[in-house]
Amino acid sequence: MLSIRNLKVSIKGKQILNGINLEVKAGEVHAIMGPNGTGKSTLAYIIAGRDGYEITEGEIIFKGKNILELSAEERACEGMFLGFQYPVEIPGVSITNFLRTAINEQRKYKGLDPVPAVEFMARMEEKKQLLELQEKLANRSVNEGFSGGEKKKNEIFQMAMLEPSLAILDETDSGLDIDALRIVATGVNKLRRPDNATIVITHYQRLLEYIIPDVVHVLFDGRIVKSGGKELALLLEEKGYEWIRSES
Amino acid sequence: MEAGTITTLYDLKEYLTGVFAARQQEISSNDTPFVAAKRAEAFKLFSKAGFPHAALEKWRGTDLSRALNHEYHTLPELPSAELDIDKIFKCDVPHFETLLVTQLNGWYADRKNLIKVYPNGMIIGSLAAAFSKYPELISEHYGKYADDKAESLTALNTAMSQDGIFIYIPDNVTVEQNLQTVNITDFKQNLFLNTRNLVILGENSHLRLVQCDDSINHDVTFINSVTEVKIGKNSSLDHYKLQNKDDHTTLINSMYFHQDEGSSLSTNAISLNGGLIRNLSHVTMSGRHSTADVYGLYLMDRYQHVDNQVYINHAAPECISRELFKGVLDDHASGVFNGHIKVHRDAQQTNAFQTNRNILLSDKASIDTKPFLEIYADDVKCSHGATIGQLDAEALFYIRSRGISESNAKILLMYAFAADVINKISIPELRQRMDDMVKKRLRGELSQCEQCVLNCSTHEHNKVEFKIDIAKI
Repeated sequence: MLSIRNLKVSIKGKQILNGINLEVKAGEVHAIMGPNGTGKSTLAYIIAGRDGYEITEGEIIFKGKNILELSAEERACEGMFLGFQYPVEIPGVSITNFLRTAINEQRKYKGLDPVPAVEFMARMEEKKQLLELQEKLANRSVNEGFSGGEKKKNEIFQMAMLEPSLAILDETDSGLDIDALRIVATGVNKLRRPDNATIVITHYQRLLEYIIPDVVHVLFDGRIVKSGGKELALLLEEKGYEWIRSES
Repeated sequence: MEAGTITTLYDLKEYLTGVFAARQQEISSNDTPFVAAKRAEAFKLFSKAGFPHAALEKWRGTDLSRALNHEYHTLPELPSAELDIDKIFKCDVPHFETLLVTQLNGWYADRKNLIKVYPNGMIIGSLAAAFSKYPELISEHYGKYADDKAESLTALNTAMSQDGIFIYIPDNVTVEQNLQTVNITDFKQNLFLNTRNLVILGENSHLRLVQCDDSINHDVTFINSVTEVKIGKNSSLDHYKLQNKDDHTTLINSMYFHQDEGSSLSTNAISLNGGLIRNLSHVTMSGRHSTADVYGLYLMDRYQHVDNQVYINHAAPECISRELFKGVLDDHASGVFNGHIKVHRDAQQTNAFQTNRNILLSDKASIDTKPFLEIYADDVKCSHGATIGQLDAEALFYIRSRGISESNAKILLMYAFAADVINKISIPELRQRMDDMVKKRLRGELSQCEQCVLNCSTHEHNKVEFKIDIAKI
């Protein structure tokens, strides 16, 4: 699904990622953990195609394609999804219109006709039920006036609607109460399929009680310094990041 | 305006003052002595001051010299009594029920019924006819709110306007229908037009008023429009000014609102196109517990220029004013925002808020934004803020990361930026329509003939395309 090889990235001359290697297979859930400021969000942004970074070395292969040359929207059309740590408010644009535009642009990329309105609305309803969302989403503007929890739930809802092959969730658990956390985690688990994969970026082990990862990576100083099974997350929780610092 | 349209170096002031002297009898044919005296006084003021120029503080950013450098005709003839306005215009907004009042070249268009009195006591008609028919209302309100001394173009209007729309809403009347006025210009030569309106709301009355400007041909037009509005005690006015003119048009739109105790005003100026537009919203709050919401949206490109002047005069305590103006400027377009708030010494517990936000899409586009707070009371809450920026990079990335192309993401963000002001429109059908028009404008699909809420049915083939160039953002 995703292969990152020796990825080195700097921004304004300052090196942020120092040779990342990461292999994610279809059907897997990976967790990337690490202290603040070690490059977790940068890695997510770069995979999703944010401008403004200088990639000095390495490659990112997504479903067999080197995607470094592709724009953010092209990567999305190839099946990439990024759940934002701080989702952006877009006043005046309803979630319905936003998602319909996104789905239709993705369909256009694949040479498909726009999704019929009835089918689209049915899909909205189906995904809402799947995620056990109570909110009346359809006519609300994207993220406008949403609480932190609502914004994160809306990210998961968008993910459900867009049905990506690879979803990267950047600190989706930050700022969530336990109920919202459960909804987010349930969503991720329910949407899990043998042909898709998820990368969960998190600071705390808490989310991993709800989403069981196949592999846990520890990112430190722009490098993956440790990888292991789900027990690595518990070890981290117990010993703290200082332990990694001393190990590396 | 393109350089090619300038023909001669021309003294328009001399021409207009000459017309005033030579054709005074014709100009004042409907005047009462009261109106004639106003006219004479205003003419003196204009003769002395002349046209506004860049040395004046409030005109620093707006240069009229190009607009004035044309040979204009003025004092257009009366429309024919047989004029059937329905044949020229149709309103194409679905479900937008309005009471339509039209003007042709400044004249009240329905020449057979110059004054109409409705069962609820509402009066709508020609201002020229109202001069002699309702002398008490005229002497109580006409020329009382417009400031001929401060604005020489207002003085010129008082001196030379021949007609306009007169609206009177008596006490305790809620007008259920939306009242829509349309000022149509149809003239085969360059036209300089002074048009004057007077709107009077008694006590406990409520009105929604939509003012549109429309033109049938595309000659150079200078419209100098003045509207005086009195909002009586506990009354409310919901007012919209919709502007979608071609690049040859200069539109000076001066609105003078006077609010009594407990009244509320909401006014929204939406400028989608126009060569040069200057909107003056002059609001005097003379009684306690009044509110004034003054909004504006402008989307300009090419060499278009827009100037929004707001003057909120807090003359009484415990009033609230809120200003929100937002604009997108592309190409060589330029804009001015001047927000003056004056709080008098005894206007305690005033709340006055002002926001002006701008997006500049090109290096050549410019905005000159200036808040000016003049506060003499000590117990007030005032705030002002102005921003000038580009589209937010993080928001663009967010939208693109869902698979939406960069150009569509930019349109979406510009639309989101404008939506704040559009959402203030309280008439649902009008809001929907303006929403569509703003989207079209941003996509570059809005034609000038697709006028405000009207479509010019006779000149479909004259469509002029306007476009914000997304590629250059």
